[in-house]
Amino acid sequence: MRYHTPSSFEDASALAAAATGVTRFLAGGTDVLVQLRSDLVTPDDLIDIKQIAGVRDITRRDDGSWRIGAAVSGAELAEHEALIAEWPGVVEALELIGSTQIQARCTLVGNLCNGSPAADSVPAMIAAGATVSVVGPEGAREITVEGVPTAPGVTSLGPGEVVSAVNLPPRGKGGGDAYLRFIPRTEMDIAVVGAGVSLSREGDTITAARVALGAVAPTVLLVEEAGAALVGSTLDDAALATLARAAEAACRPISDKRGTVEFRTHVAGVLARRAARIAYDRAGA
Amino acid sequence: MAFDEETNGFKVVGTRPDRPDGIDKVTGRARFGADVTAPGMLHAVIIRSPHAHARIVKINASRAEAANGVKAVVTRADFADGLEGENWNILENLMAGERALYDGHAVAAIAATSSLAARDAARLVEVEYEVLPHVTDVDDAMQEGAPVIREGAADGSVPAGMHPNVVRCHDSGHGDPEEGFAEADLVIEERFTTEATHQGYIEPHACLGTLGPDGRGELWCCTQGHWNVQKVCAALLDVETSKLRVTASEIGGGFGGKTAVFIEPVALALSRKANRPVKLVMPRADVFRATGPTASTSMDVKIGMKKDGTISGASGVFRCQGGAFPGAPMEFTAMCAFAPYALRHVRQIGFDVMTNRPKQAAYRAPGSPMAAFAVESVIDELCNRLGLDPIDVRLKNASREGTKASFGPSWDRIGLVETLEAAKEHPHFSAPLAEGAGRGISCGFWFNHAGETAVQLALSEDGTVQLSVGTPDIGGSRASMCMMAAEELGVPYDDVRTTIADTATLGYNEISHGSRVTYASGLATIEAARDTVKKLCKRAADKWGIDAEAVEWRDGCAIPSGPNAGDFDPMPIKEIASRMGQTGGPIVGHFEATPEGAGVSFATHIVDAEVDRETGATTVTRYTVVQDAGKAIHPSYVEGQYQGGAAQGIGWALNEEYIYDDDGRLQNAGFLDYRIPVASDLPMIDTVIVEVPNPGHPYGVRGVGETSICPPLAAIANAVSNAAGVRMQDLPMRPSRILGALKARS
Ligand SMILES: Cc1cc2nc3c(=O)[nH]c(=O)nc-3n(C[C@H](O)[C@H](O)[C@H](O)COP(=O)(O)OP(=O)(O)OC[C@H]3O[C@@H](n4cnc5c(N)ncnc54)[C@H](O)[C@@H]3O)c2cc1C
Repeated sequence: MRYHTPSSFEDASALAAAATGVTRFLAGGTDVLVQLRSDLVTPDDLIDIKQIAGVRDITRRDDGSWRIGAAVSGAELAEHEALIAEWPGVVEALELIGSTQIQARCTLVGNLCNGSPAADSVPAMIAAGATVSVVGPEGAREITVEGVPTAPGVTSLGPGEVVSAVNLPPRGKGGGDAYLRFIPRTEMDIAVVGAGVSLSREGDTITAARVALGAVAPTVLLVEEAGAALVGSTLDDAALATLARAAEAACRPISDKRGTVEFRTHVAGVLARRAARIAYDRAGA
Repeated sequence: MAFDEETNGFKVVGTRPDRPDGIDKVTGRARFGADVTAPGMLHAVIIRSPHAHARIVKINASRAEAANGVKAVVTRADFADGLEGENWNILENLMAGERALYDGHAVAAIAATSSLAARDAARLVEVEYEVLPHVTDVDDAMQEGAPVIREGAADGSVPAGMHPNVVRCHDSGHGDPEEGFAEADLVIEERFTTEATHQGYIEPHACLGTLGPDGRGELWCCTQGHWNVQKVCAALLDVETSKLRVTASEIGGGFGGKTAVFIEPVALALSRKANRPVKLVMPRADVFRATGPTASTSMDVKIGMKKDGTISGASGVFRCQGGAFPGAPMEFTAMCAFAPYALRHVRQIGFDVMTNRPKQAAYRAPGSPMAAFAVESVIDELCNRLGLDPIDVRLKNASREGTKASFGPSWDRIGLVETLEAAKEHPHFSAPLAEGAGRGISCGFWFNHAGETAVQLALSEDGTVQLSVGTPDIGGSRASMCMMAAEELGVPYDDVRTTIADTATLGYNEISHGSRVTYASGLATIEAARDTVKKLCKRAADKWGIDAEAVEWRDGCAIPSGPNAGDFDPMPIKEIASRMGQTGGPIVGHFEATPEGAGVSFATHIVDAEVDRETGATTVTRYTVVQDAGKAIHPSYVEGQYQGGAAQGIGWALNEEYIYDDDGRLQNAGFLDYRIPVASDLPMIDTVIVEVPNPGHPYGVRGVGETSICPPLAAIANAVSNAAGVRMQDLPMRPSRILGALKARS
């Protein structure tokens, strides 16, 4: 195994593009190291991105949008009050990951690029309308978060492509987001279902909404019908019921040791409703 | 009551000093199973069957043997031949013979110069399997046509016509339950099931073994009983017992699971072959797949009750699955089931059933928690339907001193009624319940055990005390031993150091099991201290030139027993110790016996739970343990046992389970999907220590470690059932199950 510490994303990309064996980027390592130790993935090239300048910066741009560096940890995100004020759902989703020790290392980008359909921060990022900045052999591009995962453990990133940052759009007035997951315990578990909701309201009426579901399909889902069910409503019972039905209808889960098809489908509707209520309250606050 | 008063006037007993092993454990200085090394040490890896049931056609290790760093490979052929009974079972379990009997069953082992080399070489061992049909469910295993795990394994207790997988049967009781049911105003009969759960100790099994060509060996291991390890290893390797010296490491949890032997003979066999020390540390997945979980069960319980709450008759059938070997604790399950109640008509039947799962091992009060779940659930349902108070009903039927136990004998002095009364008076029992919450009550019972015990107490020249016991400390027992020795000798707690001696240093000590340690090693410590006191008094008497009988021991000093004995200044222990070399040599007290009189223990638990009706998730919001300790030597460690039993019970009731796929493979061999409770899952667990002294111990001690896990499954199930408005009859009550039950009802 070769361990690299490039000082720019271009170098990181070049290293990855030139590598011929199993290659992994190392952000927090909380997926990579676990996979290594349990003999699941033994990389030939391990490319640590943490020496690159700016990877741990959180920046609010003039237009109100945000840039979160690829190596910002859960703990760092959770201490950023201005970000929490605008995107509490994204922050709480990343914060749910693991324990205090894991929080010191885990990142949004690692969570996304690991490709798990149960990744907690991904539904929140998708609901938020987040994008990622990608550096590759062909140059830089920006893609939506929902465009990254393509199957369990697989992403749309091409050979040599590395994510340099997560971008969140301007929150604007009257916006709120929330993420909820269901786990049998209160901590240290993998989402059986996850639901992220982001919405904007004018007065009591919802003007825009995005709903994303985790752990109910091979990839995290952006459920457009669920978002549409909320727009124009005041989050009345009818809207919530339509939302739940749309969420349930979008589910294509598997039955496994963590939950059955019926349970996951039912709980997806429940969590979508509950997350929508929280987002709505936050948007009105 | 003279005895009760005697068990009250203590100076040290009943206080809460820091445990002597505490600093070592929080600073990392304590040495656990994996914390030792030896020059030239090799690292071992065990190769395990991926199949639930398969004939081992061929094992070809030649490529592995030729690999870099590999020094030895062992298979079944490297162990003793011709073993019988339990020794054969243990060997068959730790190294498969002709067939692999469960997913994770060991088939070979490798020792190499590094653990990486051993792991790499393990992949080169070619094992050819012929996969056979398997069965993992207890009820399925009893059905006609189920694959037979081992032909001819049943003993004479099994009624004719049963499936060969049913290997033992227990049948006891008195009166005629049918007569009792006829007298009842309401009879309820229901089926209950529980899944296998693992003890879940944090420290995986680990050992370092050396066995030379001269047949002499040393073994360091993490175990609840090193004399047992010594005996088993000697048998399985065909060496003489005393040639193998076994030292117990600090232990990172056992809960019964470390009473069994899983890896030590393998390390020794590898060491013998390689002529090098061999270290073997189990990966967590192996711990789940191949060390004993508790039995899973299927139970039918029928109870009749009169309108006034009298239980008129009770019967139960308890089917326990213990893996691919005989030994599921079905007799304890049956015997504990109705033990809290004085019944005229009662009958309990137990079946020990073999399946393609790992060999079950003891887990805190083996069998009792499951039985209590079934019985106490039915009692709760009877109380609900008859509109009766759950504690009053239990008090009305409670076993008391002199009543006949459901399994035969008459009770000695017991404290069930006292726990029920304390529970009734506890603010928890009368606290208002939140909307949608439910409350559950349950009693529980465990026998407790005494067992072979040897202790030695040696005085140092400065008057401090070195106490050697042979029972590994799994719950703070060294503190309790120091306290009992200090109490008897009249010295400060800090002047006593308790060591867990190795097998070469003391006589045979039974395993730390059956909640026996504070009872039996404690009794032996008190007796050894009294033996020492006699010797101390004799030295003083010799010095003073009076009879030894004329000397008494008080507050750490020899004193003349009365004015007639003479007028001498008290002679402190330090003074006697400083001169012992000139006054007759070392002063050592000791005690060896198999005490009888381990007092049984009862408990009553109160639980509040809330159920999320939309997701089926349960929150345990309040928990109170009330248990009879006889006498709490160190109340904090008694409370710790109470809380630990409740915490493990919460896991067992709500989320812990062995999950098998259709292929018979364990799906959740890790702490991610084998869900023991995390701290945030638990409420602060309140405890009440009831003290009804045990006449069989000088201070009244009863074992406390196991009874605390007997009531939780039932108490939690009752709380959840009452919160959800639907009776939960299958454990664990995972959210999907509760949601399913709620949906089925509506
Ligand atoms: C104890 C424990 C608990 C956990 N609990 C949770 C939980 O509750 N919820 C949850 O969702 N996850 C959980 N996880 C998984 C893990 O912590 C998260 O997925 C985390 O966000 C991964 O981030 P990381 O920075 O550590 O990723 P890493 O391990 O560094 O990387 C993960 C993957 O992303 C790729 N990658 C990393 N950086 C880049 C980059 N810049 N560009 C392209 N690809 C990249 C890597 O190649 C790798 O495939 C847990 C893990 C552990 C060990």
